[in-house]
Amino acid sequence: MNARWRRIRALIIKETRQVSRDPSSFVVAFVLPALLLFLFGFGISFDATRLKVGLVIEEPTPAAREFLVALSNTPYFDVKESSDRRAFVDDLAAGKLNGVIVLSGDFSARLSRGDTAAIQVISDGSDPNTAALVTGYMQGAWASWREQRGLGAEASPPGQIDIKSRFWFNPELQSRRFLVPGSISLIQMMIGSMLTALVVSREWERGTMEALLATPVGVVEFIIGKLVPNFVLGMIAMGVCVAASLFVFDIPLRGSFLVLTAFTALFLMVALSIGLLISTVARTQFIASQIAMLVAFLPGLYFSGFLFEVASMPAPLRAFARIVPAYYYVPGLQTIFLAGDIWAVILPGSLVLLAMATALFTLTARKTRQRLD
Amino acid sequence: MTALVEIDGLVKRFDSGPAAIDGLTTTIKSNQVTGLVGPDGAGKTTLIRLMAALMTPSEGVVKTCGFDTRENPEPIRDVIGYMPQKFGLYEDLTVMENLTLYADLRGVVGQQRKDTFERLLAFTDLARFTNRLAGALSGGMKQKLGLACAMLRSPKLLLLDEPSVGVDPISRRELWRMVYTLISEGVGVVWSTAYLDEAENCAEVVVMNAGRVLYQGDPKAMTATMKGRVFFARGAGAERREGLSRALQNPNIVDGVMQGQSIRLVTAKGAPAPTPDILGVAAPVEIVATAPRFEDAFVALLGGASKRTLAARARKILDEKAAPPVEARGLTRRFGDFTAADHITFRIERGEIFGLLGPNGAGKSTTFKMMCGLLRPSEGAALVDGLDLAKAPSAARARLGYMAQKFSLYGDLSVRQNLEFFAGAYGLSGARRRDAVARVVDAFDLAPHLDANAGGLPLGFKQRLALSAAIMHEPPVLFLDEPTSGVDPLTRREFWATINAMVGRGVTVMVTTHFMDEAEYCDRVALIYRGKAIATGAPEELQTRVRSDALPNPTLEDAFIALVEENDRQRGAAA
Repeated sequence: MNARWRRIRALIIKETRQVSRDPSSFVVAFVLPALLLFLFGFGISFDATRLKVGLVIEEPTPAAREFLVALSNTPYFDVKESSDRRAFVDDLAAGKLNGVIVLSGDFSARLSRGDTAAIQVISDGSDPNTAALVTGYMQGAWASWREQRGLGAEASPPGQIDIKSRFWFNPELQSRRFLVPGSISLIQMMIGSMLTALVVSREWERGTMEALLATPVGVVEFIIGKLVPNFVLGMIAMGVCVAASLFVFDIPLRGSFLVLTAFTALFLMVALSIGLLISTVARTQFIASQIAMLVAFLPGLYFSGFLFEVASMPAPLRAFARIVPAYYYVPGLQTIFLAGDIWAVILPGSLVLLAMATALFTLTARKTRQRLD
Repeated sequence: MTALVEIDGLVKRFDSGPAAIDGLTTTIKSNQVTGLVGPDGAGKTTLIRLMAALMTPSEGVVKTCGFDTRENPEPIRDVIGYMPQKFGLYEDLTVMENLTLYADLRGVVGQQRKDTFERLLAFTDLARFTNRLAGALSGGMKQKLGLACAMLRSPKLLLLDEPSVGVDPISRRELWRMVYTLISEGVGVVWSTAYLDEAENCAEVVVMNAGRVLYQGDPKAMTATMKGRVFFARGAGAERREGLSRALQNPNIVDGVMQGQSIRLVTAKGAPAPTPDILGVAAPVEIVATAPRFEDAFVALLGGASKRTLAARARKILDEKAAPPVEARGLTRRFGDFTAADHITFRIERGEIFGLLGPNGAGKSTTFKMMCGLLRPSEGAALVDGLDLAKAPSAARARLGYMAQKFSLYGDLSVRQNLEFFAGAYGLSGARRRDAVARVVDAFDLAPHLDANAGGLPLGFKQRLALSAAIMHEPPVLFLDEPTSGVDPLTRREFWATINAMVGRGVTVMVTTHFMDEAEYCDRVALIYRGKAIATGAPEELQTRVRSDALPNPTLEDAFIALVEENDRQRGAAA
């Protein structure tokens, strides 16, 4: 066996042993991903179910009763009832209610006349998101109730366009379906960048780097020795995430597993090279984790578009998002999960990630010092 | 004998500050040990790294085994063995895994590997521990494993950076024996050390201080320059500390240290032998010439010990309680079924310096922690001025000052802020705090540095500041944990002069250490080994106890080793 390969193999074995014996790498590789997945899968949701609303029925007619029943039967509302709107004012102010719906005294009369403004929706504007949800869901509930009663959609004047929304790929608009794939990108960043930066800075901290540098080990050999085990660890974590997505969160995988793996491998290479680049400047684990947090994890969280819409950000932030690897990875990942192997999305993303990985590796190999000064 | 490393006009500068190495020209030869000797911060590690081609010179040339370290570093890595300060071991790999890794990296394979492992494991006596994690080895065993990893490829040049730090005298002796074996096989060894007594084991030394070379050549020749200038003054008894500080004021005396009951005095070049009257003590003093040692020459080269004595203005402790100031009564501490300290009993008299001596892991830190009230004894009691540290911890702790091994100062606070903080921590406020700060600033001469950040102070000042912070509340008892390890001899002398002055004012001192130098300053020492106090007495008494035909003039280190070995033998016989 060639001396170079023997050295690389020895470094990989050493690294694998260390990873398998180090509880902190286990935490970063398995516990944190699980935590993140469950946080995004169960904890955070942009869907509103059981909105708390107060229904004011000023005159209890059969029609008003029917509306109350219909509203209570939807999964979206948790309805309290009263005959006086003043009963709900304090609750609304205190945030105990998300909105108040008023059926005025002439509700039945207006309904039978076919008037439009038969109900009044008051929502809590201090939380605009929820306020918009209450209004929107209320309109939907109102429209379907009218339809059921055979009143038809509010009579659109003839010749005007009737808009009906229909959501493809995620028909129930479950936010979990795009949050979970998005969080896989965070996990890859964590393993790729943070763990790699940590294990290299640990060598500096413990003085083993100095001993390695005095042996015939070259820079490229050292880098490969660090990359391979962490790459494998990242891919294992991906497997765990995908399994959790499919079986725990019931997220469909409409694209192929092969494409998912290849695309993730590309992203992981970028993450690993960021980690190695960090380790060329950070000589302590503390600094390495801080830098990894700032340059890898947080931008991945904010600029990948899975939590915050990049398109609605100010121009400078939109420009910044374009250098964040997750900006290319997350949309591709969401596409593979929810739509399928759409090459128009995946191919450009892959090319950018490949370019990033190549550039960062070159920089790392050049920056990794073989000396101590 | 060929030249392994040729260094010519070497200068190494880092971004800021003075040059770490300032103009060095020397040659390192094969088949011998070359010592790099000097205190912490002298530039030893930088020089070793430059020889290993881990750093590039700012100016000048370093050629290791014929290869220029700047132009051609790769071939150097094949012919050197290098053990960095922390031994360069992977603590989460076993002994065998560490060896295998370095064997693979250095291309030692097949039959050659088998033979090498066999030889090295026998040589280092690690064969029984091949499956133990390197992190679970003792300091001495780590050092041997580090050495084994550095020697896998039979290097031409072996670079050892402070191999004896944190290693007890017994392991240190074994390591020297191993290194001499290597020399006979034709290896050139560079051994860097802050312990001046190790210099005399080297064939040649490069003595460094603050980046400059003070001396290079045969250490014995350097020591020999002091011939006829070193004397023992014996018989000063209880007054010997005052005697020493008086003698140091004499212009003919360049250096003086305590050595147990005696005072070691070094005269200026060409000065006459000292007379008993320079000590100014009442008791009859006998002056005898003695053989110089390397440290005498080193201090003389640096211009001699400081003539000032700090803390002379500290207030005299007037409280004369009947209870002994420090007492350990059957102090025992168990961790699970392991007994770290086993019925340790001693009593320290007022105004005495008492040393807890012992190899690493012997139980001296455990004992020390119980004496400070940081650890609760499983059995027995630790008392300060008659107060039990377990029962009345705050009252007892108020009577003691504690200076940790790594000075616990806030590096980002100024000297004044540090002092004010510690005064506050001892519960001093208002006028009492101002008085306390003013008193230590005056006693320790800290005024010129009051507004400088503590982190940037020179070592000697840091040490002074740490000591002043520890005695802010004027405790009658002072505990010191390895106070002068790695400190240069001049700073160490200054520190001990201060301690001596405080002892003269009635302060009682307890020191833990595994440095023989520090032990020499003690009136009495307790030798702790395997959790037991195996010997207690004045340093001379211990030396006398082990005197034999084989060891007619035992040093304190000899006594230490002999007593530990005797204990091992007794244990072996009993078992």
